[in-house]
Amino acid sequence: MSDLSCNFLGLNLRNPLVLASGVLGTSPGLLERVAACGAGAVTAKSCGPEPRAGHANPISVEWAGGVINAVGLTNPGLKDEVPILREAKARLRELGVPLIASIFAPTVDDFGRMAAGISAAEPDLIEVNISCPNVSDDFGTPFSGSPETTAAVTRKVRENTNLPFTVKLSSNVPSIARIALAAEDAGAHAITAINTVPGMLIEARAASPVLSNRVGGISGWAIKPIALRCVAEIRKAVKLPIIGLGGISTGQDAAEMIMAGATAVGVGAAVMQRGPQVFALIAQELDDFMNAEHYPNLEKMRGIAIR
Amino acid sequence: MSHQDLFLTFTVAENRKENYRAQTLVLDAPLPAAQPGQFIMAWLPGIGEKPFSVAAADPLTLTIAAVGPLSEALCRLPIGARLWARGPFGQGFKLEGKKLLLVGGGYGAAPLRFLAQEGLRVGAKVCVCLGAKTADDLLLAEAFRSLGCTVWTATEDGSAGLKGLVTGAVEAALRDFRADGLYACGPKPMLLALVELCRKHELPGQFSWEALLRCGLGLCGNCELDEETCKAAGIPTGWLTCKDGPVSFLSSPGR
Repeated sequence: MSDLSCNFLGLNLRNPLVLASGVLGTSPGLLERVAACGAGAVTAKSCGPEPRAGHANPISVEWAGGVINAVGLTNPGLKDEVPILREAKARLRELGVPLIASIFAPTVDDFGRMAAGISAAEPDLIEVNISCPNVSDDFGTPFSGSPETTAAVTRKVRENTNLPFTVKLSSNVPSIARIALAAEDAGAHAITAINTVPGMLIEARAASPVLSNRVGGISGWAIKPIALRCVAEIRKAVKLPIIGLGGISTGQDAAEMIMAGATAVGVGAAVMQRGPQVFALIAQELDDFMNAEHYPNLEKMRGIAIR
Repeated sequence: MSHQDLFLTFTVAENRKENYRAQTLVLDAPLPAAQPGQFIMAWLPGIGEKPFSVAAADPLTLTIAAVGPLSEALCRLPIGARLWARGPFGQGFKLEGKKLLLVGGGYGAAPLRFLAQEGLRVGAKVCVCLGAKTADDLLLAEAFRSLGCTVWTATEDGSAGLKGLVTGAVEAALRDFRADGLYACGPKPMLLALVELCRKHELPGQFSWEALLRCGLGLCGNCELDEETCKAAGIPTGWLTCKDGPVSFLSSPGR
């Protein structure tokens, strides 16, 4: 048996697998269920200052390459999210699984308020989601689109919380390494990459996009090569730990992501394909792979493909 | 290279009135994989997408109550019009035993029609209890009778069948019909009352729960059944109606 344990900013994860934000992270009961299914850490659904209903159905459709979604940041708003996260934290403590809160906001100043507000729930880590591709009608170009706006949000969050935080980036930029560097210089503790990739699917017989929002974020195995490339570029540019995600469905996928330089590995769309038990399955497959390939621990594998 | 359709395309072959606001749409093709209790997501581009239980699979048949913009548009579809669907989704009913007691509250009757057909096809006896607010709201009572089921009805105002809730009809039916199992679909209070009734009679039960479905894929978490209901109905917490359900099982009542 290989050692799958993962130290992430001082947090001890039993394995490197992290529930991605936006998947089943809406309640204490669901976060607890995913933790009980073997996740190393869990991320709650992104929360903003005010309640949002999200987009109208269809919000999510499965296709050959994975999933396209435009849920539209459905969330109960900061005021109601804090007690949900507090309850989740209490239940997850019993299981020894860290809780990652996730925040988004329409302005730089609101990111500061969100960081301060969500800290009251004492999550183990805060994900700063500056890269949701599905709310441009409301919020304009994501903050992750330029080094300047990325740095501005990062600085504001840093000023407003003492908790460690990770900045979630989009692949949809000319150089993700420059964006990651801007986050590092502005005080981020970690990088999460990548968010879903903007795309559109059309149902030809209906002569219509399949999502009510017309465009959405692509996730699942179609985006794995994009995610691996992005994580490798970030790894070479910054020293911060990285949660690498995008199309990770099997233990071998997780190994590839760690070989690209990720510290921990996010899992999202695969929860649809393989159910919440996907975490135990991937952990077992990763263990099998590491045994067969003689890696005693994750550190021996980390970044090995990009040296 | 094969192409995976995102939605299946159907055409309306028949559109018949069931009551003052419910229509049955018979479509032009089967959905062979569908089991009783499963659902599809029906979509009209530009109008919306919602879950509907499968009322029959060959050809695909939906019984729809006009309660919102999408269901109203679906009920108005003329013969030859197209609609789109993805699915089937979810865990359906499991047919067990030879004497089936089906209980439908309001529009919960729709998936039971498919279950009744399947039960009768394998030689089971099927007794159906239908509950509604008034006689006008009763759904599919004649359809169940013409299939060959025994039908009991209950209405809250007493305008048809027994006066009161459907649980009264179930208690009455159980006096001469020694059911092997109860299969129910309807609003939450009805299902919770039937869970208790099954425990009292030591009767295995299967319950199809309603929820506001969004993704239908087990990703968004929107359709999680509330913890209080889970505890009352013997369901693990964090239960997703779209993926773990919509049918839950109470297999060892009384214990």
